[in-house]
Amino acid sequence: MHLYDLPLLFSLIGLVLYTVLAGADFGAGLWQLFSGKGSRGVRIRDHAHNSMAAVWEANHVWLIFVLTVVWTAYPEAFGAIASTLSIPLFIAAVGIIFRGAAYALRAGSSTARESRTIDTVTAVASIITPFALGAAVGGIASGRVPVGNAAGDLVTSWLNPTSILIGVLAVVTAAYLAAVYLAADAVRLGKSDLARAFRVRALGTGVVAGAIALGGLAVLHADVPSLYHGLVSGDGLVALVVSILAGVATLGLVWVGRYEPARYSAAAAVAAIIAGWALAQRPTFLPGLTIQQAAAPDDTLIAIVVAVVVGAAILFPSLGLLFRLVLGGRLDYAESTPTSTRPRRAVLSASAPGLLARSAGACFIAGLGFLTAADAGWAHAIGIASLFAFIVLGFLAVAPSELASAGTEDGEPIQ
Amino acid sequence: MASIFTLALAPVHQDYLLEARQMQALSFAVHIPLVCFGVAFPAMLMFVEWLYLRTGDELYRVLAKRWTKIMVALFAVGVITGTILSFEMGLLWPNFMATFGSVFGLGFAVEGFSFFIEAIFIGIYVYGWDRLSPRAHFASGIPIVISGFTGSLMVISVNAWMNHPTGFRLSGGEAVDVHPVAALFGNSYLWHEMIHMYVAAYIVVGFLVAGAYAFGRLRGRWGRYERTALAIPLTIAALAAPVQVLIGDWNGREVADAQPTKLAAIEGLPDTSRGAPLHLLGWYTDDQVKYGVAIPKLLSLLAFHDPNATVQGLDAVPENDRPPVNVVRVAFQTMVGIGTLLAMIGAVFLLVRVRRKRLPRSTWFYRALVIAGPLSVVALICGWVTTEVGRQPWVVYDVMRTSEAVTGAGGIPVGYATLALVYLGVGIGVAWILRRLARAPLELPPTTLEPPAGG
Repeated sequence: MHLYDLPLLFSLIGLVLYTVLAGADFGAGLWQLFSGKGSRGVRIRDHAHNSMAAVWEANHVWLIFVLTVVWTAYPEAFGAIASTLSIPLFIAAVGIIFRGAAYALRAGSSTARESRTIDTVTAVASIITPFALGAAVGGIASGRVPVGNAAGDLVTSWLNPTSILIGVLAVVTAAYLAAVYLAADAVRLGKSDLARAFRVRALGTGVVAGAIALGGLAVLHADVPSLYHGLVSGDGLVALVVSILAGVATLGLVWVGRYEPARYSAAAAVAAIIAGWALAQRPTFLPGLTIQQAAAPDDTLIAIVVAVVVGAAILFPSLGLLFRLVLGGRLDYAESTPTSTRPRRAVLSASAPGLLARSAGACFIAGLGFLTAADAGWAHAIGIASLFAFIVLGFLAVAPSELASAGTEDGEPIQ
Repeated sequence: MASIFTLALAPVHQDYLLEARQMQALSFAVHIPLVCFGVAFPAMLMFVEWLYLRTGDELYRVLAKRWTKIMVALFAVGVITGTILSFEMGLLWPNFMATFGSVFGLGFAVEGFSFFIEAIFIGIYVYGWDRLSPRAHFASGIPIVISGFTGSLMVISVNAWMNHPTGFRLSGGEAVDVHPVAALFGNSYLWHEMIHMYVAAYIVVGFLVAGAYAFGRLRGRWGRYERTALAIPLTIAALAAPVQVLIGDWNGREVADAQPTKLAAIEGLPDTSRGAPLHLLGWYTDDQVKYGVAIPKLLSLLAFHDPNATVQGLDAVPENDRPPVNVVRVAFQTMVGIGTLLAMIGAVFLLVRVRRKRLPRSTWFYRALVIAGPLSVVALICGWVTTEVGRQPWVVYDVMRTSEAVTGAGGIPVGYATLALVYLGVGIGVAWILRRLARAPLELPPTTLEPPAGG
């Protein structure tokens, strides 16, 4: 492991997390399309929406993470990938627009018909996006993205046997992961009929995903022999076997209704297959370009590694908190009553509004002097601080909530 | 013109460079107002929640919960439009990324973490209402406010670098001696841009939210709830708008220093001259501003604090190194005009507050507030047009041309049309959801309709 490998390792970890987290979000969208009719269909759709609503935004940031790390650490490869694979990436982007817009809109939909329309848009976007992203991955994995500005074929780089295989696998995997997670959520919420519904879906899609993955080896053998040989020998084979074992274990866990551990074994199966791809393809990034050649200068690599490590130290506790609250049912959508019955107090204890207003005025004049009249950098810093103090003191002096409480249309002025 | 970028991805001829730029501009124009809500709205929302915690007055809780719904809807749309922007960086400008990703990419990577924190705590905050303890819920909002600041700081650090590139050396078309931390955060161009944008976010959100309730007042909805919902954002905007005039002036002086060609385009100054005048309004044609009002020596005075200072004109650079003057100039004048108007509205509000100790009563004041919201968005966009079009023809000022950055892939008009249609649909959807949220009946307990004792 060299310094120039580290950002790629981070990106792959990000890709795994995007697949198992946001993938489940797309899968949930897909299940909204195949929910069936009637009140049970409505319950399935609502469950699929509500389970994901608190976490989908955070889950989608993993894609941004992957993009930013790759374009910082491997800019030349990123430029080549983004230009040659512009069509599938654009399709994925449009799909993400619809997926997110549906979340925004569903908050305001009040009739079943409106929800149904929004859910259908969501579902279509949820199939297109993972397919397009999977097809783009297939283009990279099958060596169809040469170095250069749009140097590869804009169509066959993502419409080829490997791309279609990975695209379809991405959609089915998303559906499978979602079914496992939604079954687990349904058990937690005590909705046994929904748990049964998603158990059946999980088993069905799990078997299909496994079959496609194994059958896909034949596609790889014919289309990208080098990747195939990397996967069935050495480290690649270890990853492949781990993935198969984890996949089989997940099916068993779902079969016996142990959905919580099934979440993690399903994620492990996905992680192992992505690791297998990386192991089989290394050290090549793109045809004729190794990871070492693609890497940015050392200063940049060090900066990005430090940024990711420090960022992760803040991110993972936060993510842990979110998932602990969500999986612990603390954010579930059952209505409860507010708990606070504190005695009423005035907003501010008796302060001197006149003094606040005069201090604010003084700060504004100081800001004018230091920012506008003076030229030195340190003076500008004082000027900006003074102006911010003006806004804060001015806000306290205006006291908008008290102004609104007392200043009725024809009422007497306050104080 | 021959390119110096021979070793990175070779630049290609792109018939639709202008469409690519417009597509990028459209995406920014859609995203930036939403960014304002991500930056400024959580702070206003948390102030209302703090009022509730402090006073126990149900009215503030109802207001904070209503605003939470608006925040989450707009944040969701902001997430996707922001994702589109990060895709477009590569889809439209792969050569820019390939050549300089190692220099500025770090800013976006750190921004990604900011975005993570924002998304995580928005999830907790939005779904934590009535489920977490009031204190824990309030605390969950604090990271949203902080990450709104750090996120925009990171994005602006990249924009500041594009306008004022440092922290690398070019050798054979490749960036070498790369020092990304110095390039992004040691850049003298960062702070004035950042503060200008940050204050703009509070102005835009303040006037838009206040404008919505001002519209309600014109329709006769004017209880304590509406007055509170109007007064809080309006107070912030009214204080921030005059401050922005000073910050804008500071920005102008920094541009005069580092990007004289941009300043010349902003002012329509054809020739380098001493004691340069400032033109209000007018149209730049035949190397001069026609139909404008000239104020002698004012440009020299404003830009360099000396009425006889020399200001560099457009003639200092060859014609193909100049930005389109009228686009930049009209955008700038629009921004300044609207900014002045907003500062005046703010001053009127503050004056009435100080003198009469009440909210303004004139219907004209509320009519002005209704249009101040959309106008502030126009000013925001015009400000970005000024700085981004004013940087043209460079994507990295004086280093890389936009035409050298663009993709070689075809189909830009198709992508542009598709995105425009999709964004039109998203716009209709957002309008629909905001109307729907506004029409939902208020769930105010009867006691809160009167002011609380001693409040």
